Amino acid sequence: MIKPNQKRWSRVKRDYELYLFLLPIIILYLVFRYYPMYGVQIAFKDFSPSQGIWGSEWVGFQHFIDFFNSYNFWPIITNTLSLSFLSLLFGFPAPIIIAIMLNQMLGKKYKKFVQTVIYAPHFISTVVLVGMLNIFLSPNSGIVNHVITLFGGDPILFMADEGWFRPLYILSGIWQETGFATIIYLAALAGVNPELHEAATVDGASKWKRVWYVDIPSILPTIVILLILALGNIMSIGFEKAFLMQSDLNYATSNIIPTYVYEMGIQKAQYSFSTAVGLFNSFINVILIFTVNRIAKKMTETSLW
Amino acid sequence: MNQLLKRKSRGDAWFDIINYILLTIIMLLVLFPLYFVLIASFSDPNYIYSGEVWLFPKGFTLDGYERIFGDSSIWIGYANSILYATLGTLIGVAVTVFAAYPLARRNLVGKSAIMWFLLVTMFFSGGLIPTYLLIKDLHMLNTIWALVIPGAGGVFNVIIVRTFFQSSIPDEMWEAASIDGCSNTRFFWSIVLPLSKSILAVMVLYHVVGFWNGFFDALIYLNDESKYPLQLVLRNILVQNQVNSGMMIDVESYAAKMRVTELIKYGVIMVSSLPLLILYPFLQKYFVKGVMIGSIKG
Repeated sequence: MIKPNQKRWSRVKRDYELYLFLLPIIILYLVFRYYPMYGVQIAFKDFSPSQGIWGSEWVGFQHFIDFFNSYNFWPIITNTLSLSFLSLLFGFPAPIIIAIMLNQMLGKKYKKFVQTVIYAPHFISTVVLVGMLNIFLSPNSGIVNHVITLFGGDPILFMADEGWFRPLYILSGIWQETGFATIIYLAALAGVNPELHEAATVDGASKWKRVWYVDIPSILPTIVILLILALGNIMSIGFEKAFLMQSDLNYATSNIIPTYVYEMGIQKAQYSFSTAVGLFNSFINVILIFTVNRIAKKMTETSLW
Repeated sequence: MNQLLKRKSRGDAWFDIINYILLTIIMLLVLFPLYFVLIASFSDPNYIYSGEVWLFPKGFTLDGYERIFGDSSIWIGYANSILYATLGTLIGVAVTVFAAYPLARRNLVGKSAIMWFLLVTMFFSGGLIPTYLLIKDLHMLNTIWALVIPGAGGVFNVIIVRTFFQSSIPDEMWEAASIDGCSNTRFFWSIVLPLSKSILAVMVLYHVVGFWNGFFDALIYLNDESKYPLQLVLRNILVQNQVNSGMMIDVESYAAKMRVTELIKYGVIMVSSLPLLILYPFLQKYFVKGVMIGSIKG
């Protein structure tokens, strides 16, 4: 009789080629993803390049305490949280609404054309997007301020105003990503059983009622899954756009955890402190993901794992 | 039944009219900024400055484009971006597809352990600084390799490709082939890959767009300007307002300088986005496909 272990081993031997296929990704992950996790210990050390990660001296939670006590702490936390919550609040419903509207369009050609146009900004780079904001909102030559002065208003220094940072960040995000995000909801809407619509029509339901009582309940599971994903990513708001939009003049609202990590770590070479800030952020993020997933599982029986 | 669905009540007719009007407005709101950049890049900067350009280019000129293409930094950026995108896509797609193939097989020993090994990195990571220090220790700073190797084989892409393999290449196919004496490698090259052209197209597109539009890694890891990809060159012009002196030949007054700078900005946006915007309507279906496959939970 063959022992199960032997059987396993012979299967491994038989499939040795498959393990060779996996070799590149395993090596890449060990080096570039797992080794940096080992490097995270510098958050608890006073890292000096000459002594290396292992040789540097332990300082415990000193860098975390320094961060909590710094005058930057609360502004950064508030900025990060408000920026992501507001983005979610305004950005999340937009593609759902537009997908439902698109789904109601009768003309196939026009529908396709609208889709092609609203997907397009997704392919524009962040640098170009921020560049467009800069030139459109320029106080003396930008088209937006031309419109404002046309109606008798005074030009606004949008990009240099801390009060405008969040609205601009969020609105430009909606402009860029809403169209592309409709794809998933359109797919879900395409899967709605047509008999439900027919039955509702027979019962005299108007289009509006069919959207409300047939379409929306049918795509609710998709909405929940995407909402969990979005909530779980609250702390991992992107670096690129905030960094590019940031200036000394809007620093009060644009200084968020990722830009702060970059500033302290890369620009000021405070490796240990910056790593501690980043680690604190990941820590909260992981807690968030697990909490949100658990709540979702209990309430809707839909979860990520 | 169909008759019934077609017959519209007055409320439904209004619903349709309002729906069309709203969607048309939304579409124009998305389209106008892109269109405006296009017409502004061909207009006399004086008219842009005074706010006279709205729907059509005014004072048609190619001056901006002449200055942009006369400057070497744009060409260097273009060449670098093409190089990084090509190399990065080759490495990235290869690693992803190689990894996805074994993971799609139902009874690979240790499959779930390997899957977890990959998935864990979605929740935990070393973060910016430890990764930076590693790249530095490996002497990869200021080299192409820092841009194209560390991020290769992202978990999401592996899952998308794996899901595709699982649904379009059933295990029975492999069993049949292996009875005929086909090896795993041969099966991969002569059966799996030819049947997976659409997912390969999706992966190539994702990678090309990512490399073409990315600038963060270049910002951190490169300091030699001759190695800058296009996006970093653009950042200097668009965000930091540093237009090369080479582009400013024969511009005398400060005011004129400001105006030409604006014109150059509209121009570089077109020049950098054009390759993707031209290709995009043709490639749209692949992206849509990619999003769809990605949304099927693996």
